[in-house]
Amino acid sequence: MSLAEPPVQRGQPDAALHRALGLTDHELGEISARLGRHPNELELAMFSVMWSEHCSYKSSRPLLRTLPTAGDGVVAGPGENAGVVRIGDGLAVAFKLESHNHPSAVEPSQGAATGVGGILRDIFTMGARPIAILDALKFGDPAEARTRHLVRGVVRGVGGYGNCVGVPTVGGELVFHPSYGANPLVNVMAVGLLEERDLTRAAAPGPGNLAVLFGSTTGRDGIGGASVLASATFGSGEGAAHGAAAKRPTVQVGDPFAEKLLIEASLELIGKRLVEGLQDLGAAGITCAVAETADRAGTGIEVDLDAIPRREGGMAPFEVMISESQERMLAIVRPERLEAVLAICARWGLLAAVIGRVTDDGDVTVVSHEGAGQELAEPRELARIPASALTSDAIVYTREARPPTHSRRAPAPGAAVLPQDGLPERGMDPGAVLVSLLGDPNLASRAWVTAQYDATVGSDTVEGNERAAAMIRVKGTRKALVMATDANARVGLLDPHLGALTAVVECARNVAVTGARPLGVTNCLNFGDPERPEEFWRLQEAVRGLGDACRALGLPVTGGNVSLYNESVDGAIAPTTQIGIVGLLDDVETRIGPAFQAEGDLVALLGDTAPGLAGSIYAEHAGSVPDDRPPGVDLAREAALLAFLPEAASRGLLRSAQDVSGGGLAVTLAECAMWGDRGAALHVSVGSAPAAELFGEGPGRVVVSVDPTRWTDLQALALRHDLPLRRLGTVRGDRLRIKLTGEGATGAAEDRGSGVADEVDEALAVLRHASQSGLPRALGESG
Amino acid sequence: MKAGIVVFPGSNCDRDALHAARLAGMDAELLWHEDPGLRGSDLVILPGGFAYGDYLRAGALARFSPVMRAVHDHAERGGPVLGICNGFQVLAEAGLVPGALLRNASLRFEHRWVRLSVERRDTVFTKAIPAGAALRLPIAHGEGCYFLPGPQLDALEARGGVLFRYAGPEGNPNGSARDIAGVINERGNVCGLMPHPERASEALLGSEDGMLLFRSLLESAAAVAAR
Repeated sequence: MSLAEPPVQRGQPDAALHRALGLTDHELGEISARLGRHPNELELAMFSVMWSEHCSYKSSRPLLRTLPTAGDGVVAGPGENAGVVRIGDGLAVAFKLESHNHPSAVEPSQGAATGVGGILRDIFTMGARPIAILDALKFGDPAEARTRHLVRGVVRGVGGYGNCVGVPTVGGELVFHPSYGANPLVNVMAVGLLEERDLTRAAAPGPGNLAVLFGSTTGRDGIGGASVLASATFGSGEGAAHGAAAKRPTVQVGDPFAEKLLIEASLELIGKRLVEGLQDLGAAGITCAVAETADRAGTGIEVDLDAIPRREGGMAPFEVMISESQERMLAIVRPERLEAVLAICARWGLLAAVIGRVTDDGDVTVVSHEGAGQELAEPRELARIPASALTSDAIVYTREARPPTHSRRAPAPGAAVLPQDGLPERGMDPGAVLVSLLGDPNLASRAWVTAQYDATVGSDTVEGNERAAAMIRVKGTRKALVMATDANARVGLLDPHLGALTAVVECARNVAVTGARPLGVTNCLNFGDPERPEEFWRLQEAVRGLGDACRALGLPVTGGNVSLYNESVDGAIAPTTQIGIVGLLDDVETRIGPAFQAEGDLVALLGDTAPGLAGSIYAEHAGSVPDDRPPGVDLAREAALLAFLPEAASRGLLRSAQDVSGGGLAVTLAECAMWGDRGAALHVSVGSAPAAELFGEGPGRVVVSVDPTRWTDLQALALRHDLPLRRLGTVRGDRLRIKLTGEGATGAAEDRGSGVADEVDEALAVLRHASQSGLPRALGESG
Repeated sequence: MKAGIVVFPGSNCDRDALHAARLAGMDAELLWHEDPGLRGSDLVILPGGFAYGDYLRAGALARFSPVMRAVHDHAERGGPVLGICNGFQVLAEAGLVPGALLRNASLRFEHRWVRLSVERRDTVFTKAIPAGAALRLPIAHGEGCYFLPGPQLDALEARGGVLFRYAGPEGNPNGSARDIAGVINERGNVCGLMPHPERASEALLGSEDGMLLFRSLLESAAAVAAR
């Protein structure tokens, strides 16, 4: 290596290039301060992607530091590719949620597919075999052609990728809300299982070790922020216009077949102890992979640009360094093990090349033998940046936060303000409301989507898809892992703090109703432009809610992802705190399902909630409700539920259990009945607000069914946990009958001149039809 | 009985087949697609997945794998070969069973639980299945619509080449001709089916009906050994 001239003289960019790359003048100053000189073009390109919000978390990092991350059995937390928590028997679970929102808005199928590919790589990079995928999808109005195009494409993308790599897609959620119309959300959660001794870090220890890139070749696809790069005059002179066309960025294209080979090769390399560190290539490509692995190990990496296998000729150094070509991995390998590593890659038909070596200088250095089209005798240094300046020491902002002046949505001027109860006064039949809610695309069966996902590959799926939580057994043990992902955009829109709380407690409850104990939380924070104080306030409130809920429930946050700038001309998306939780069931035979099991079992409501309809699907159907304050969360009560449910399950006290959430108590009861193919005869005391009682979505409640002989035992346990337990009736017949009693029921309604029956009395077949036809009908699909 | 499960690049049900075969009591191991031989396997299973990414056409490339020469020889010697899902597609491409698997009528990938009627119980694959039993198995494929021209279909039916049909309220999930879910070659030793018996290996997973195929193969092997 010869460095004849100081780096500052190489490729001095023009004065405005940094702005074209999305860096501010202030950021350019910060970069120069870290380098002690001006950056050159290549360095500027590397900084521009690494200091992007996506890679640097420059707006959110100060907030994320407030989250609780310590917990029993946490082996790897935030900062690693995925969180890892011990589950006993020498095993551990790796899990993480990640967004791929913007690519999916542009090219839904490839955007979603590469989202799945990216999160799977985060999992197997840790040494874990991926065992489950969950997809949380958010779209605008399903009646719009654009939404339908996006839904079809995203579902095809998620399914096409997961099905091919052989990882079952077992759960998730599908939400429609107008705020996502131009900016859909594609959040994907992946879960993996590993032997703890296989835990692999994404670090580059040991100067002298080799950096081996394996998998696909490097092309021009998905070059970050490259639309600007392409229009900037890189290089010069002849063919500049030509060059601009050639540099036009393309959306990343996924190749699940290559990913499948990467999974097998990576796990084989790890299992045979052949790598010192492993990192996948995602956003910012090689630049990110070498900077992060070096920074984590306190080393440097020198990259030999010429050694990187290319997909096409004529690529500029910056293109090679920041390309986001998919299905690539970086392994850190001892020289004496190189041969064995290359042999395994070759066996799996994967291209592998030594592209650099670990150094002790703490810098990411890029060298090349090419100069002005000629082979140079000595390598030329094209870039030298301290690894930390690109990662841990990247710029951080303390953004301004300001609550929106109109955070509440009052009814439109002149609109009739309805009393709290929207039902009998409006001549609504509660049975008809229930049927209509079951057919709402937000609550209806997702079968049209999930039938396109392979949910049983792997031979471990105990419960999948049509349930609020999925269950994957752990072969060779009695254990099972239970996983769910939830968000609550409607509540988040009214109150982002409460939206985050609601999402965490709902997700935890969805895991706990199976009898499992939640182990940890991953999250994906989907928000608008953090440079707008109102949007940053929403993000700040949501992170505060996430932290409050996790501390109260004793759950560590083991990782996550932040997606900002989710905006369009119509404004920002609803604040969306997507939560993912994995729980452990010690004995799969004690699992509890949501479906009613046996004629004559008692049905009861465990827990209670603050009343209210704000933020509910019912409120959306009714058009307007007077109260815009969604029901609050009682964190102590939620913690009691999380303790009660696993205990009740392990003692065999429950026949079924199902969380009350979207659509409220009535929809939950309908689900228990439909899924069990058993009706029920129930009484619900509705006080003065039947709609709130039946369709309010207040948290803190679980519908259970119990063998009558165990009722007193269950009562005693509920008492011990200080949880209300209210008997609703019995499992019986093939109809769902809910007789309303109390002040708000028949008599009172008739006094008010309403002739509507204060009773739900529907055949299961009717409920099932509504649930099954709702989504295809909303999307204009035949089914 | 020793089962050899062929791993093509892109196979993804190889471990499921291994699990099911061992659960049934077979001695089972994975075979690599570049292996020239079958390492003494009595039964060959071509598992599900996307061999070679299913590029070009499902199963079209896999049939040229070195191991397929040995699979041909094994079949010619009368050895049992079971092709599941992608394995069925490979068998069809290789001409070891008749027919072709087209894209599903819905033009979408379909995953669901189906019910199969068993058309013959006198084969090595089905002899342990109780009379009248319908098998509950999952399907997971994008190209499972069984096709043969009409006259050949009649001939297939006439010689008893149809082994499994989609039946019951779940119906035909992919538009297969005459609800055909699985076929057997004329000699009766090569079977291909789209549903996944290896995934229906335990009640915990929703069904253990698939084990009946593995048990049938074991019983048949034992009967041969006793002779």
